[in-house]
Amino acid sequence: MPSLFVLANPKRFLDLSATLLPYLGGATVLCLGAGIVLGFLAPPDYQQGDTVKIMFLHVPAAWTAMMAYGLMALASLVSLVWRHPLADVAAKTAAPLGAVFTLLGLVTGSLWGKPMWGAWWVWDARLTSFLLLLFLYLGYIALWNAIEDETRAARAAGILALVGAVNLPIIEFSVDWWTTLHQGESIFRAGGPTISGVFLWPLLLSGAGFTLLFFSLWMIRIRTEILERRARVLLLEGAA
Amino acid sequence: MTPLASLLLRDIRLATRAGGSAALALAFFAAVATLVPLGVGADLALLARVAAGVLWVAAVLAALLSLDRLFQADFDDGSLDLIALAPPSLEAIAATKIAAHWLTTGLPLTLLSPLLGLMFGLPPQAIAMLTLSLLIGTPAVSALGAIGAGLTLAIRRGGLILPLLVLPLLAPAVIFGAGAVGAVLDRTSSGALLLLAAFSVAATLLSPFAAAAAVRLNLAG
Repeated sequence: MPSLFVLANPKRFLDLSATLLPYLGGATVLCLGAGIVLGFLAPPDYQQGDTVKIMFLHVPAAWTAMMAYGLMALASLVSLVWRHPLADVAAKTAAPLGAVFTLLGLVTGSLWGKPMWGAWWVWDARLTSFLLLLFLYLGYIALWNAIEDETRAARAAGILALVGAVNLPIIEFSVDWWTTLHQGESIFRAGGPTISGVFLWPLLLSGAGFTLLFFSLWMIRIRTEILERRARVLLLEGAA
Repeated sequence: MTPLASLLLRDIRLATRAGGSAALALAFFAAVATLVPLGVGADLALLARVAAGVLWVAAVLAALLSLDRLFQADFDDGSLDLIALAPPSLEAIAATKIAAHWLTTGLPLTLLSPLLGLMFGLPPQAIAMLTLSLLIGTPAVSALGAIGAGLTLAIRRGGLILPLLVLPLLAPAVIFGAGAVGAVLDRTSSGALLLLAAFSVAATLLSPFAAAAAVRLNLAG
């Protein structure tokens, strides 16, 4: 009965996550709520005015998007080395979340860029490397969807995630190098040498909130995927 | 003849003879380069400015076009199973196939590029730099492309997914390759060519392992 083996560990995960999820969800609401409320109450920046408040969504989204790729690559490594089925599921379910956070970072960056740079899109180093990150995520998701056999898809996607993880710092470096070569655009970032406390606290709270949100959603997605696979196994057994 | 040498010769023969993709990639490269002036106008100063970027992008796309044949044709007719059973490791086989792909696409593209550079109004030093950057950089295109080719092996119409997987990984090659030519046009010195060489060497050395792992998982079972 290979299906029992596959479900052996996920069972424990289902129990554990069922206990953890309410706390995780509560902490998410608290942190994110406090971060956003404090962010709205923060005074306008002396240079950027009220638009600085986009930062409380933009920066945490970008942090979370990068963290998600790191976690996805880590889960892929575990999946490739130890063939752990739960790691497969973890890597697979992290990708769409990471892509959404990347997209959120890009959209908020664009909305921030319009008043600051006077253009919806500026080929700034971070925006550009984030666009490439989005394509890495999309490629990963497309590969998962294209291969029908689940274990084969997991291993192929795992290799791609690791290749991407090795390449990401190089891509980031090359894009940084590229923007210094093409200087002369209206790239000025205010923010000053240090960030003052009235901005730092909402930012940190919002960052914690986004991180917790990611982990909550990730857990829900892993649970859903496990239950879906279980349902599929039951259907197959019923059909046989 | 050693097994790897005969594999190299076999792949080169397959690519250059009737139905092969080497000549098609060259034609594609030239056709894309021809469309660009039609799109942006015939101003030679402007064309010289964008030449390096356009030719690099066109070269990458042309190399990608023939990538799905790297493992796919052998996979479809079953010869890849036999090749994988041969004494050399799958990593060495992947490296050999990458070399064959480069010799039949990257190298011809490089050799054609001075002519296109001339037509785009590049000065002689910039043409030399363009050719040199393509010579150094195109092995990375074949090598990273081989990973994508291996991963999409068992997918029907995998050729559509392949560019999405590989193009983001090739951003550094395009940046450094076109950047090296741009620096020559601006008469400034830049480390672009050295960075491109570093990227290319690392990609060429590491990719056969990832490509072999990708092929192996598609052959198993």
